[in-house]
Order: sequence, then structure tokens, then C-alpha cells
Amino acid sequence: MGKIERTGLTRRALLARTVAAGALAVTGAGFIAAPDAAWALEVSVISEHQMATLLQMARDIYPHDKVGDRFYAVAVKGYDAEDKKALVDEGVAALDAAAQAAGHADYVSVGWEEDRVAILQGMEDTAFFQTVRGGLVTGLYNQKEVWPIFGYEGESFSKGGYIDRGFDDIDWL
Amino acid sequence: MTAPFDLNDDSVVVIIGTGAGGGVLANELAQKGVSVVALEAGGRYLPEDYINDEWDSFGQLAWVDPRTTSGDWRVAKDFSGLPAWIVKAVGGTTIHWAGASLRFQDHEWKAKTTYGDVAGASLLDWPIDAAEMAPWYDKAEAKLGVTRTGDRAGLPGSNNFKVLEKGALALGYKEVHTGNMAINSADYDDRMACQQTGFCFQGCKWGAKWSAAYTDIPRGEATGNLEVRERAHAARILHDDSGKVTGVEYFDKDGNLQMQKARIVCVAGNSFESPRLLLNSASAMFPDGLANSSGQVGRNYMRHTTGSVYATFEKPVKMWRGTTMAGIVRDEARHDPSRGFVGGYELETLSLGIPFMAAFLNPGGWGRSFTTALDSYENMAGMWIVGEDMPQADNRVTLSDVKDQWGLPVANVNFSDHPNDIAMRNHAYERGEAIYKAVGATRTLPTPPYPSTHNLGTNRMSEKPEDGVVNKWGQTHDIANLFVSDGSQFTTGAAENPTLTIVALAIRQADHIASEMAAGTI
Repeated sequence: MGKIERTGLTRRALLARTVAAGALAVTGAGFIAAPDAAWALEVSVISEHQMATLLQMARDIYPHDKVGDRFYAVAVKGYDAEDKKALVDEGVAALDAAAQAAGHADYVSVGWEEDRVAILQGMEDTAFFQTVRGGLVTGLYNQKEVWPIFGYEGESFSKGGYIDRGFDDIDWL
Repeated sequence: MTAPFDLNDDSVVVIIGTGAGGGVLANELAQKGVSVVALEAGGRYLPEDYINDEWDSFGQLAWVDPRTTSGDWRVAKDFSGLPAWIVKAVGGTTIHWAGASLRFQDHEWKAKTTYGDVAGASLLDWPIDAAEMAPWYDKAEAKLGVTRTGDRAGLPGSNNFKVLEKGALALGYKEVHTGNMAINSADYDDRMACQQTGFCFQGCKWGAKWSAAYTDIPRGEATGNLEVRERAHAARILHDDSGKVTGVEYFDKDGNLQMQKARIVCVAGNSFESPRLLLNSASAMFPDGLANSSGQVGRNYMRHTTGSVYATFEKPVKMWRGTTMAGIVRDEARHDPSRGFVGGYELETLSLGIPFMAAFLNPGGWGRSFTTALDSYENMAGMWIVGEDMPQADNRVTLSDVKDQWGLPVANVNFSDHPNDIAMRNHAYERGEAIYKAVGATRTLPTPPYPSTHNLGTNRMSEKPEDGVVNKWGQTHDIANLFVSDGSQFTTGAAENPTLTIVALAIRQADHIASEMAAGTI
């Protein structure tokens, strides 16, 4: 891993300790993991830094504060693939370059979401951004495990529908 | 002779497509003793096969063969290869439809006369009217078991409906109810009552919603007079030197080109595939395509002026529970040019699950403006706008440079909104938002149109041959034994969901074809 990335990791780690439990850690051992080791994501083709950047980018594109990193990790893990490597190389480099131009070490080191969003807005028309964003629409929101966080109940046929289970139970009108 | 029929049997009626038009026509003819071969591009899926999961169901049922788009409509940008969300299966889009079954208002049969000249619009009166259609609507409503017609009760109101109803009544709207739905409120015609399961768009697993897939198609087959050939993709309609059609070439389920002879051919592949097939059937005798001496084949594509309004509230609504289209406000469906546009629109409840809400709420949208709306999904109510759009000659289906898996040019769908469409949509957004604000909405979300589900025009019905493609019976002006039997024959779109009218026209057309065959005139 390069020097700049290490700097980024340090800053990131600091943020993780001071701001939010569950923030991301890049271990430098072929996978990235939650600080509490609740989940981990192996990478073999792209770097840990690139995966960490993709994960942060995913959070910044579709931020849901009640949706944990593990769901975003599932949504972007497919980028650890030979046929995605060129896109990721170019895209993450562009994100980091934009972050550096704004005085940060790299994209994941930018502390505030609104500053990262400003960087993303500058890349909105690139194939990289549109590919990642488009992939998230199904990659994130079509995970059945994420639906309950939004209150969505999915299919009800197996339970006999809602005829006797509250299709008309609204009580505040 | 009973089904299956021989490829060389030239006594059969060949129907291309088995949806609301073709599926009903096939059964109605079979019931009258007419031999029918129905060619269906898709496979057969029944209630036990339907999947109550939005993307998995889409993968099972949707027509995803290539199409191309152009024009300034937002669908061309957001969903460039998917201009329509319609079904490729036996029964067609009657598997997917919401079930709303509304008659045209009387004046809508005479749009040109009622609205006058509208710049840029190619308005025309239908060559039929409300009185002509009334008995056919009666038959269609009985076939579909439409609620609040005959002695059939309405469906009970869901949460999503109750929000709409309270807001609409607060604004003074009068005609607000749970709709005229082809969804059983009580057991009817061997189909059970609605269990308020949701997922109407994914195929009704109870069979409570009418679909040709499990009513007209098997009933027609049971007569021995109907053969449905699944996964049979029509490629070209053939004709003889006299200009009469003689049969249909199609790719069978194994990809082999076959040819079924025919006495009569009825095209019912929807407003994209029907004109595409006529255009792809061009010959030395008909260089611009079949039935196209007017140059009207493919023109005047209409998709209804649509859009949705979602709103979030302080407390849960759970709009996904129950019938997807659970209620309606009809007051704005009238023609009242004082609103700044001609024609009118319906407001009908709608809901999407999280997966489709993410895809359709604001395609291309991202960031917290988008995600905080989804965060309030449980507290969301929703409605869909269905309004009459203006026919325009250049809103049309043409043959694309892109070819499909059979090597056939696909349909390009060119569409741009007419200023009347835009004025109507903006009015409907404002009214929809007002309805929800009247019940305490914390945020309203005027949502752009989805890929089209109401695909109309492109082979329109006209009194004069130079104005359209088919006459008042759906018979092409140019070729006596070639008919169009789907929504592509619509002269204008009216404000109402089109399926009931497609079904009524199909029942009427079957009556006409059978009597003309008996008289030996076709």
C-alpha cells in the first residue's frame, strides 16, 4: 500500500474512534473489516484502499444512516473482479485526485459527507460514477435483508395477504 | 377440425399476441366455433408461477427484448432500452395490469369535435361512439367481474386509499371511491376474492384479478378450437398477388422459422410490436409495410400523460399492503379547458416496493434528497396520474437499426410531450400534492413517468382510410382479411386505463369476424 493511502487510513481510523462505532477499517491483509469484526470483505483483485473507497462512495451516493456498512459492502463487492479493475483503478484515482486538489489526503479521508458529495458531483457524468450508482439501485435496495430497515415487508402471499393482517389498520387519519 | 392445427390449414384465424386484445379475441372466436391459432412470443405462467418479488418477477414476465428510444421524454434518457413495462407471456400484460376498468367518458370518443383544433396534435374522432360501445362494455365488465358494475360490490379501502380519500374529500372532490376494478370483491366466475396481498403488478397469485392467462385462454383451449403456440415469435405476415394475407412466418420455440397459413390474420402484439410487424412485413407490393398506404402505421403513439405523487407523513401508512391500485379520484377526468389544457386525468392510488421505489422515484437521483424520502417509506402514500395525451404524428414507432435475436429490426419509439401533456401533468402534480397536504403530508414527491404501461395508437382507427390504419371493426383499410386487435387501434387515448376498452373492442371484433366468416365475405 502506498504512503498516501496509509495517511488516509490513519485519518480514517481516527475518525472511526472519535465519531462512529462501526466505521470501516482497512487491515492491509487482503480484506477490509468493521472495527468490531462484525463483518469483513476480502479483496483479491483490487486493493483494500480501492474497496474502502468504493464503500464510502456507495454510502455517499445513497446514505441511509440506519443501514450498516455490511449492506453497502455486499452491494460493491462485485467490483473485486478482473473485468472491473480498469474502471475501479481509473475511478478511485480520479476521486483521490479530486480530494487532493481540495486539500485532503484522499477521498476516504474527507471528513464531512457534504465535502465528499461535492467531489462526487464533479464526477457525476463519468462512466465510473454512473456505473457505481446504477449498480447500487439493485445492489443495495434489492437485498431482502435491508427491506425491514425501511419497514417494507416483502411478499405476503405465504401469510395469506393482509386481508386479516392490517391492510386497513391506519389509525391516525 | 380441432386443435392442434396443421401449418397448412388455411381455414384458421391466426392471432398474434394473447393479451387483453388477442387473448380475449381468441377465446371469443373459439367459443363461436372458429378455429384459431394464437402465436405468443412468451411462455406460459400461471398463478402458482408468479413471484411476489419485484425484480424477480420482472425477470420472469417483462418484455426485455431490445427496443430503442428517441425524443425528449425522460424515459428515453432514464430507461433508453425499456420504453415500456409490459409482459411477454401467454395472457400478455393482463398478468401485470392493475385491474382498473373504466369506461371512456362519452365525449372522449369524439376528441376532435370536443376539443377542437389543438396545435401540433393530430386529434381525430373515433368512428364509433359511446352508444355503439355500451353493450360491449356491459359484456366486458361481466367478463372481467368489474367492481361497482352489475351487482358487484366495491373492494374495501386500504390504508393507501384512506389517505387519498380523506385528502380528496377535504379538497371538495366528490367522485372518490375504491375504483372499478377487475379484482373480485367476492368470489366470482370461478375466481376467488381479493386477499389484499399486494403485488398486483407481479401477477395475482390468488387469481382474484382477471387475467386472460387463466380465464379466456384456457376456456378457449377447452373448446378444441384454440391452439396457443407459446414462444412463437411472429416475423412476417405474408400475402398473395391479390393483396390478401395468406399466413404468418414465425420463429418457433427452437428458433426454427415456420409458416402458418391463415384465412384471417389479427395483429395484437401491442402498440410497439404490432406496427413493427406490419412494417417488417414490407414486400414488393407493399414497400412501406402492410396496411400502410396511408403512411399512418406506427404514428400517433400515445402513452397517457402520467406521473406519480408520493408523500410522506408523520405516521405509518404501509401503502404496499393490499391492492396496488386501491382507489380513485375522478373529478379531474372531465374536459374543462379553464384548467389550461384539453381532456382530463384520473388520480389512482399506487404503491411500489422498496426495490422499484428506488429505481423509479427519481431515476438517476442520489444523495440525501433521494435517500431521506426512502427512509420514510413506511410513512408514504402514493398515487398515479393517468391523463389523456395528445396524439402527434411524429410520436411514432419506426424500425430501428438495431436487430433482435432473430435478426429482425426492432421498434424505435420516438416520443415527445405535447404542451397540453405538460400542462396537464403539472396541474395533476399540484392537485395530487394538495390532496396529501390536506392530510398533513410532511413532504411531497412529484415523480416522473415510469416506462409506459399504457401503449396506445400506432395503428389507429379512422373513418377515412387516409387518416388511419383500421376501420371501425379494427379491419385494416387496405387488406380485408387483416385486422388489428389491440390498443394500437386507439384513435385517441381518453383519460381511462385502456384494458376494459381493449377487451370490449375485442369482444365486438370477434362478433364481427365470426359473422363475416359465416357470411363468406372474408
